[in-house]
Amino acid sequence: MPRDEEEALAESPSSTDPAASDQSAVAVEGDPTTGLSQAQMATLAPEVMADSLGEYFAAWGRRLRNGESGALPIVVGLILIVIFFQLEDSNFLTAGNLVNLLVQSAVYILLGSAEIYVLLLSEIDLSVGYTAAVGAFTIAELIGPPVNLPWWLGIIGGLIVCAGIGGIQGTLITRLSLPSFIVTLGGLLGLEGVMLELANLDKSAVGGVMSINSNSPVDQLVSSNMSVALGWIVLVIGLVVFAAVTLSRSRSRRAQGLSAPPMSITWLTIGVTSVGGVVVLLICNANRGLLTPLRGVPWVVPFVIVVLLLSTWLLSRTRLGRYIYAIGANPEAARRAGINVARVRTIGFMLCSLTAGLAGLVYESRQGNIATDIDGGNLVLYAVAAAVIGGTSLFGGRGKPLHALLGGIVIAAVINGLGLMNVSAAVTDMATAVVLIAAVTLDSLVRRRAATNTR
Amino acid sequence: MSTSEPRPGDEGTATAAAAGNGTLLELRKVTKTFGPVRALTDVDLQIPAGNVTALVGDNGAGKSSLIKTVSGLWGPDGGEILWDGQRVHLHGPRDAEALGITTIYQDLALCDNLDIVQNMFLGHEPLRHGMLDEPKMEIAARDTLKELHVTTVRSIRQPVASLSGGQRQSVAVAKAVMSQARLVIMDEPTAALGVAQTTMVLNLIKTLASRGVAVLLISHNLNDVFEVSDRVAVLYLGQLVVSGPASDFDRQSLVEYMTTGTSGRAPGTASAA
Repeated sequence: MPRDEEEALAESPSSTDPAASDQSAVAVEGDPTTGLSQAQMATLAPEVMADSLGEYFAAWGRRLRNGESGALPIVVGLILIVIFFQLEDSNFLTAGNLVNLLVQSAVYILLGSAEIYVLLLSEIDLSVGYTAAVGAFTIAELIGPPVNLPWWLGIIGGLIVCAGIGGIQGTLITRLSLPSFIVTLGGLLGLEGVMLELANLDKSAVGGVMSINSNSPVDQLVSSNMSVALGWIVLVIGLVVFAAVTLSRSRSRRAQGLSAPPMSITWLTIGVTSVGGVVVLLICNANRGLLTPLRGVPWVVPFVIVVLLLSTWLLSRTRLGRYIYAIGANPEAARRAGINVARVRTIGFMLCSLTAGLAGLVYESRQGNIATDIDGGNLVLYAVAAAVIGGTSLFGGRGKPLHALLGGIVIAAVINGLGLMNVSAAVTDMATAVVLIAAVTLDSLVRRRAATNTR
Repeated sequence: MSTSEPRPGDEGTATAAAAGNGTLLELRKVTKTFGPVRALTDVDLQIPAGNVTALVGDNGAGKSSLIKTVSGLWGPDGGEILWDGQRVHLHGPRDAEALGITTIYQDLALCDNLDIVQNMFLGHEPLRHGMLDEPKMEIAARDTLKELHVTTVRSIRQPVASLSGGQRQSVAVAKAVMSQARLVIMDEPTAALGVAQTTMVLNLIKTLASRGVAVLLISHNLNDVFEVSDRVAVLYLGQLVVSGPASDFDRQSLVEYMTTGTSGRAPGTASAA
C-alpha cells in the first residue's frame, strides 16, 4: 500500500527528520516549531521550555504576564507585610522576634502541609485542628504520670491515634461515598468532645491543662536550641547533600539526553537555597537573650524542614504521591488506569491526620502544656489558609508542601506583627481575616487572568 | 486504501493482507439485551490484526454497546468472543486489558495536571529503589512517541493541559501502545478536532495499524472512515448488516446501509461478516 511506503520512507535513517512529513501537516496549528499557540506556551513551566538561562527568564516572564505567577504574589505580599509591621514597630525585624515568628509558624506550616494531602485529592479535612489536639493530649498522657512511657513511644502512640482518626474518616468518605466536608465536620465536633473526655479522664489534668515535663524532649523540641557550631555543621552538611543530589540528578538526566533545566538554573537554585539557609542561621545564631545570652536554631526548625522534605519526597517520587495528584485531577482516569482510588484516598486522609499529629506535638511543645482551650476550629482555618495562600488549589491536583511553608509564614507574620502592635483580640481577628481574604482574592484574580488567557 | 472511490482491483490486496495478519478478535452471534430491548442481535464480526476496522452506524445502532462488550464492561447475553482463535470470557475491563484490548474513549482519560510521561505511565510506573524511575519512563515515552511520529510537542515534560486536542489524542494512543495493546478501540477520535489535527490523528491511526495493532475505529465521519479504514462494518438497529473491505463501499452505499440497513447500489460485493 502506498501509505506504508510513505511511512517506510519517513522512517528511513537517511531522512534528517524522521517525522518531517507528519510535522508539515500539523505546523499550520500555531507556532511552526512547536505547534503551540502563544497562550499555550505561556502555561509551560520555564524548566520545561528553556535551554539556557536567558530563555528560562524569558519563559518565566511570559508566564508572569499571563498570570501564571507561581509563588511571586505571596513573596511580594510577605515583603509588604514585613515592611508594614517594621514601620509600625521596630521590634519586628529583630533576631528575637524573627526566631519567635519561625517557631510560631511551625504549627501553621505543619497543619497546612497536612491539609495539602487532602486538598490535592480535591477533598477537605475540617478536623485537623482537633485531630492535632487529640494527638497532643495522647502524647502528653502517655509520657506523663501514671503511664510514664519514654517520650518517643509517647509520640509514636499519639501519631498512631491520629493516623487512626484519618483512617476512620477516610474509610467513611471513600467506602460510603460520604462528602468529606460533612464527615470531617463531624470530626471537628466529635474530636473536640474526645479531647475534653481525654482531659476529664486524666487525674493529672488540672482544669483541663496537662503540663509537660520541661526536661522531656517533647518540650525541648521548641524550647531548646542547637548550639551555634552544630547549627553551622547541620547547615553545611544539608546544603552539600542538597547540592550533590541536585547536581548529580541534573548531570545524569543530561547524560541520558533527558529534559533538564539549564545548568545555570541548577546552580542558581543551589545558590539561593544556600543564601537563604545562611541568612536564617545567622538570625538564629545572633544573641536574642535579654538578660542571659540566647543563641542557636530552635530544634523545631530542622524538624519542620525534615517533615516538609519527607512530604515532598512522598508526593513527587513515589507511586502513592503520583496517584494522589492523578486522583485529584481526574479520578475516572485514575480508576481506568487500574489505581485503587478508594485506598489511595483513605491513605491521603491518614497522612493528613498523621501530619496534624506532628502539628499537635509542636503545639504542646511550644506551650509547655496542652490545654482544652486549644482552638481547633481556628487552627483548621489557618491550615486551609496556609495551603491556599501558598498556592495550593482548593479544587484538587495542584499544590505542594512548599506552599504550606510560605503560607504558614505569612499567617504567623500577621499574627505576630499584630501581637507586637498590642491590638485587641477583636482587631487581630478582623485584620487576620482581611489579610487572608486579600491573599486569596489576589491569587484568584491572578489565576482567573491565567484562565482567560489560556482558554 | 485511502480513497473514497470503490476500486475493485484493490479488494484482493486488502483481503490478502487481512488474511495474512489473521483474525485477532472474532465475535460470533454476540447478543446483548436489556429487558425487552435488544441492543445487539447475533453480531458476527472479525477484527484482523494490522488493519483498521471502522464500525459505523447511526445513533442508537449499537456501536457503544458493542464497544462496551468488547472492552469487558458488559458481559454478552449470548454468543461468543474469540481472541486469537480461543474463546474468552471478559468479566471486566481488566480482563480485556490483560488480553491487550485498550479502549480510548472520547474523554481520553488523561490527567491535566500530570505531564505527558506521567500520563503515559499512570498506574504502571516502573520503580527503582522503591521510587519512581523517571529516566526510564521518560526514555520509553520519548521512544514510543517517536515511533508514532508524534513530534509536535515541545517537551514531553509539559502538562497535558497545555496540549492541543490532537496532541492529547496522540498521548492517549501512545499510552495504549505503551501498554502493549494489540487491539485499540477508538471512540470518535476526530470529533471536535480541527482539520490539521484530524490529519495528525488519522496518520497516527495508520501508523498504529502498520505496527501490527488491530484498530477498531468508531466514527461518524465518513471522510475519516474512507481515509484510514481497511475494513468497514455497519451496525443498524443492533444488527451487523454488512461488513467487508472498505473498497467495496462508497459514501452513498454506506449511508444507505447506516440509515436503512440495506443498499441497492452495491449488491453482493460486500458479504455479511
